[in-house]
Amino acid sequence: MTLLETTLRVNGTSRRLEIDPRATLLDALRERLGLMGTKKGCDRGECGACTVHVNGRRVLSCMTLAAMHEGDEITTIEGLAREGTLHPVQQAFIEHDALQCGYCTSGQIMSAVACVREGHAGDEDEIREWMSGNLCRCGAYPNIVAAVAAAAQVMEQHAPI
Amino acid sequence: MHPFEYARAGDAAGAVAALAGDPEAAFIAGGTELVNWLKDGIERPGRVVDINRLPLGQIEATSAGLRIGTLARMSDVAAHRAVRSGFPALAEALERSASAQLRNMASMGGNLLQRTRCPYFRAETDLPCNKRRPGSGCAAREGLNRTHAIFGWSDACVATHPSDAAVALRALEASVRVLGRGGERSIPLADFYRLPGDAPERDTVLEHGELIVGIDVPATPRARRSWYVKVRERASYEFALVSAAVALDLDGGRIREVRIALGGVAPMPWPLTEAERALAGLPLERAALARAVDGAFSEARPLARNAFKIALAKRTVVRALEIAGGMA
Amino acid sequence: MISVLAPPSRAIGVPHERLDGKEKVSGRACYAADTPAERLAYGVFALANIPRGRIAQLDVGRAEHAAGVLRIFTHENMPRLNPVSSPPAGQSLLPLQSDRIAYEGQPIALAVAATLEQAAHAASLVRAEYEREPFNVDFRTQLERAVEGQSFFESDTRVGDVERELAQAPIRIAQRYRTADRHHCAMEPSATVARWENGSLTLDDATQYVWGVRMAVAQALDIAPERVRVRSSYAGGGFGSKGYVWPHQVLTAAAARELERPLKVVLTRAQAFTAHGYQTASEQALDIGAERDGTLRAVRATSINPTSRFDDYVEYCALSARSLYAAPAIETRHRVVHVDRSTPTPMRAPHDGVAMVGLEIAMDELAYEAGIDSLELRLRNYAQRDPTTGKPFSSKELRACYRLAAERFGWSGRNPRPGAMREGRVRIGWGMATALMGTFRMPASARVTVESDGRVLIEAGTQEIGTGVRTIMPQIAADVLGVPIEQVRIALGDTTLPETGGTFGSSTTMSVGSAVLDAATRLRDELRELGAHEDEDLGAVLSRSGRTSLSADGAWSPGEEGDFSMHTFGAVFAEVRVDEDLPIPRVSRVVGAYSAGRIINPTTARSQIQGGMVWGIGQALLEESSMDPTLGRYLSKNLAGYLVPANADVPELEVIFAEEVDAHASPLGAKGIGELGAVGVAPAIANAVFHATGVRVRELPIRLEMLLA
Ligand SMILES: Cc1cc2nc3c(=O)[nH]c(=O)nc-3n(C[C@H](O)[C@H](O)[C@H](O)COP(=O)(O)OP(=O)(O)OC[C@H]3O[C@@H](n4cnc5c(N)ncnc54)[C@H](O)[C@@H]3O)c2cc1C
Ligand code: SF4
Ligand code: FES
Ligand code: FES
Repeated sequence: MTLLETTLRVNGTSRRLEIDPRATLLDALRERLGLMGTKKGCDRGECGACTVHVNGRRVLSCMTLAAMHEGDEITTIEGLAREGTLHPVQQAFIEHDALQCGYCTSGQIMSAVACVREGHAGDEDEIREWMSGNLCRCGAYPNIVAAVAAAAQVMEQHAPI
Repeated sequence: MHPFEYARAGDAAGAVAALAGDPEAAFIAGGTELVNWLKDGIERPGRVVDINRLPLGQIEATSAGLRIGTLARMSDVAAHRAVRSGFPALAEALERSASAQLRNMASMGGNLLQRTRCPYFRAETDLPCNKRRPGSGCAAREGLNRTHAIFGWSDACVATHPSDAAVALRALEASVRVLGRGGERSIPLADFYRLPGDAPERDTVLEHGELIVGIDVPATPRARRSWYVKVRERASYEFALVSAAVALDLDGGRIREVRIALGGVAPMPWPLTEAERALAGLPLERAALARAVDGAFSEARPLARNAFKIALAKRTVVRALEIAGGMA
Repeated sequence: MISVLAPPSRAIGVPHERLDGKEKVSGRACYAADTPAERLAYGVFALANIPRGRIAQLDVGRAEHAAGVLRIFTHENMPRLNPVSSPPAGQSLLPLQSDRIAYEGQPIALAVAATLEQAAHAASLVRAEYEREPFNVDFRTQLERAVEGQSFFESDTRVGDVERELAQAPIRIAQRYRTADRHHCAMEPSATVARWENGSLTLDDATQYVWGVRMAVAQALDIAPERVRVRSSYAGGGFGSKGYVWPHQVLTAAAARELERPLKVVLTRAQAFTAHGYQTASEQALDIGAERDGTLRAVRATSINPTSRFDDYVEYCALSARSLYAAPAIETRHRVVHVDRSTPTPMRAPHDGVAMVGLEIAMDELAYEAGIDSLELRLRNYAQRDPTTGKPFSSKELRACYRLAAERFGWSGRNPRPGAMREGRVRIGWGMATALMGTFRMPASARVTVESDGRVLIEAGTQEIGTGVRTIMPQIAADVLGVPIEQVRIALGDTTLPETGGTFGSSTTMSVGSAVLDAATRLRDELRELGAHEDEDLGAVLSRSGRTSLSADGAWSPGEEGDFSMHTFGAVFAEVRVDEDLPIPRVSRVVGAYSAGRIINPTTARSQIQGGMVWGIGQALLEESSMDPTLGRYLSKNLAGYLVPANADVPELEVIFAEEVDAHASPLGAKGIGELGAVGVAPAIANAVFHATGVRVRELPIRLEMLLA
């Protein structure tokens, strides 16, 4: 089996890599690029822990091959804060205690940022539905909803980031 | 995962050619099905051909209807204005599918080609399953078959088809445009899926190497008044236990013509032809609707654990009719 | 022993943001599988797909020759390991030690390769042929084989003359209640990274109990415990699945020693279903006798659960009946059926969380039978003392809970008639239940140090699995030492730190918190001896006395339970909505009030209770690990088949804490809350479903076919 040369552009930095064609984007991020913030909860598209942005859209990195993403702009949880300042969603998650063990949190936050940008954070029921692709076994859902609602307000007031 | 090579198709003809010469090759679009199959050993292609760079992502609405490119993503189709207003059953079916992330990835063509969620088929290891390994038996036939079919099954396989969109598309009388080595052909969705019979390993009439290029949905008088009702236990991020798509043409308070397809009850989106006939001309009244729908289930053959699906499916159809008719 | 902290406190009892929040929201918190290591090899298990028999032949040839493979470990080449006692081992059977297969999903090989993709592929190439043996995985088909199991509580208790009281009771409720097999499904799959250096082992492990892992691994590998260091800086939830030590941890350590290379093993989601226990289904029989006015005369509770062939695990599903309601005669009994499955294990909330399903649905049945309001029935049978032991409760504010939650919920406006409330085609139901949870306490030690810059460091080996210990412990030390909490941090999750118990049984705040309290108090006394004044900068105190730092060690041990019956309590009210035609219950509101001792951090406490309530919703409506009796395996080993609640399943969850300080439970006055929230919610929902639909459900989860009239 031949390894594949490819370039992954993650959080604004391009990295040339030789990868196994079988490597999922998730495993490439974690095991090859050392970006451990993105988590694996199921490896089957069933939990949302591995959510990242590809070209600004939220996707599941466990369900796609790394080889398919040459030239794509990939953003992970590590790339969300700007110059050390937390993203409003990150800040809101702390303020609303929207996390417990923290394992689902990267995925929740990446999903929440997209959820707000998509315009799916209008009210609590809408947030519940559009955040349902991110399971949280600790059961932090009520606080996640509160955090997303609060962050949506902040994001509306500021220039989109 | 078995080792495979990765290739990227530059154009549609190239994609078709890439598979034509290689029985071991498979297309990948969103990957949300294929990657799972690779991980669980359900598929072991020697080569994976990425079709995502093909220019097949358009969503066009004309007076004739919708033309949806195979690579249009579920989320984009669901959000499209013309789909929401003109084909609400499709928008609703898509938006109730999977999760926001998956809908951003999954292609429309891939959606039609997803395979059953029968837990025996989906296991992390090889179990008796004729769909997965022909001749190995069907663990669900006498096993835990609560989520399985009540129509169209055979002793070889009692699985249901899981796509929500396919059910809506069936009621909307869509067809699938396919490119093969011999050129393009259009297959009505009504003829696209196969019953399991004694070859449940084949879900559709698609030949190896044929590429879905798009889905066409005609602008019938019924499309605008269509709806989809999905019943599931978890409030979101779950497949349908039972679902129903209806498309209604009304004449005042009466039904002129209707199309009905059921999900979660059969190996394919299941048309309720008998009910369609019985409903024509009826007033939009709950009792009348329920009676007409009732009769269409005489052919249902429940398994040991899913008889409840008959009552449930009937009610789901009635609810969909009521919503589409503006009664609920 | 130090008494309860005197008010006013500046940190304890005050809501505080999680101090590790920033790490968690930025993806920097390091979980076991995130541990970096040079020359890291990857291991993936191959599992047996039969429930019982012998491996006749194991073909590892193709696996060994696959690209990148370093070693395929099987029972033939894995060194023999010592058996590990339980606890800390979750099960006595250690795979890869013989050709015996005792449950489906038992590891038969560990494939190790240079990359994860290669290891996973190699594992899939391992082929086994078996000599199969007859098996039975279904305890319900063999209830007559139930026997007494040996475990940590008494199996049977009896007070009063149950037979006579039942015979004379004008009202009798005699029913069977069933709960399902369930799985923990922590979002973080268990993971272990093992590294050997000069005969010493470092394990970075997803565990709720670093010392348990050390003890088990040292025992199995026959090395001194001092040569094993176990760390767990963050664990992605555990809920019991990471409480005991399971084969994968021991085998990873052993394999890494053979390989002379760091090894990472992360369980797949599917493997997690058979790798570290599950919550057993239960078959609960309740026989309740009461007067016409609802006063209880007798309660007889019997429970049967499955366990493995090789270990007794008793899920004490008659436990709650021993302590909850005042009745002159109470009899409880527990039995187990041995089946061909892996050993069950505690899961949030063990025993009481399952037991209360039967008892609290039965009480609702009694309320209807007697024509009394469900809440009033509970009040009429309120226990002032533990009805089985006769001991007083160490503290109990349950009466306040009933009142607070009922008021908040609006219970007094309820029309008890089933089906009385509706909105269009949606029937609305209100139900309630009591919550009761046993209190578990463990010895703990801690060290508190003031550094020259005035910052305070807490050291305690305890684990952070989401409970908020990184915030709670600093709150305690901050209050004692009179410093702002921001000045305090904690080092945890490491066997080189002062020893504590496991993060289970909702015990951490009580146990570790009391040790931190002790250490901080000693430190404060020493600082006073150095002449520190109230509110003086601690750094200044140190430099005045020519020191760079000052430490004090503290410890706490629960001593005897002694003269008290120790529990936490709650009152839970739930509202459900059930569509008349498509009868899938949706929970639209839950209000719970809790009597759980002193609340150190209301923010994290509320979150934990809410989390528990979410578990209750799952238990009531979704969670079930069905077993195929023919194949002897779980039907679905994934999160699409085993449904845990998603965001859309969870409504507003209101949490109220009754004012309470339990000075008997711990010097902090605190008790446990990690599990309490998961108790009572499911029966409250089941009772609400009855109120909405008139259908009495005695089996969880509630399936729509039960309601399709
Ligand atoms: C957890 C989870 C939950 C889900 N829930 C739902 C749900 O509720 N409802 C629902 O409807 N679906 C659901 N899905 C399924 C999802 O919609 C499908 O996985 C998705 O639509 C497949 O599209 P894809 O582009 O990712 O397909 P891929 O994985 O890329 O491909 C699937 C198959 O189609 C073939 N293929 C793809 N494109 C073409 C083409 N143009 N021509 C020929 N062959 C092609 C591939 O070779 C492969 O065999 C869920 C999936 C997951 C993982
Ligand atoms: S129902 Fe079909 S898919 Fe399921 S086990 Fe039987 S053959 Fe396989
Ligand atoms: S790890 Fe990707 S969805 Fe669970
Ligand atoms: S915070 Fe633990 S899983 Fe969400």
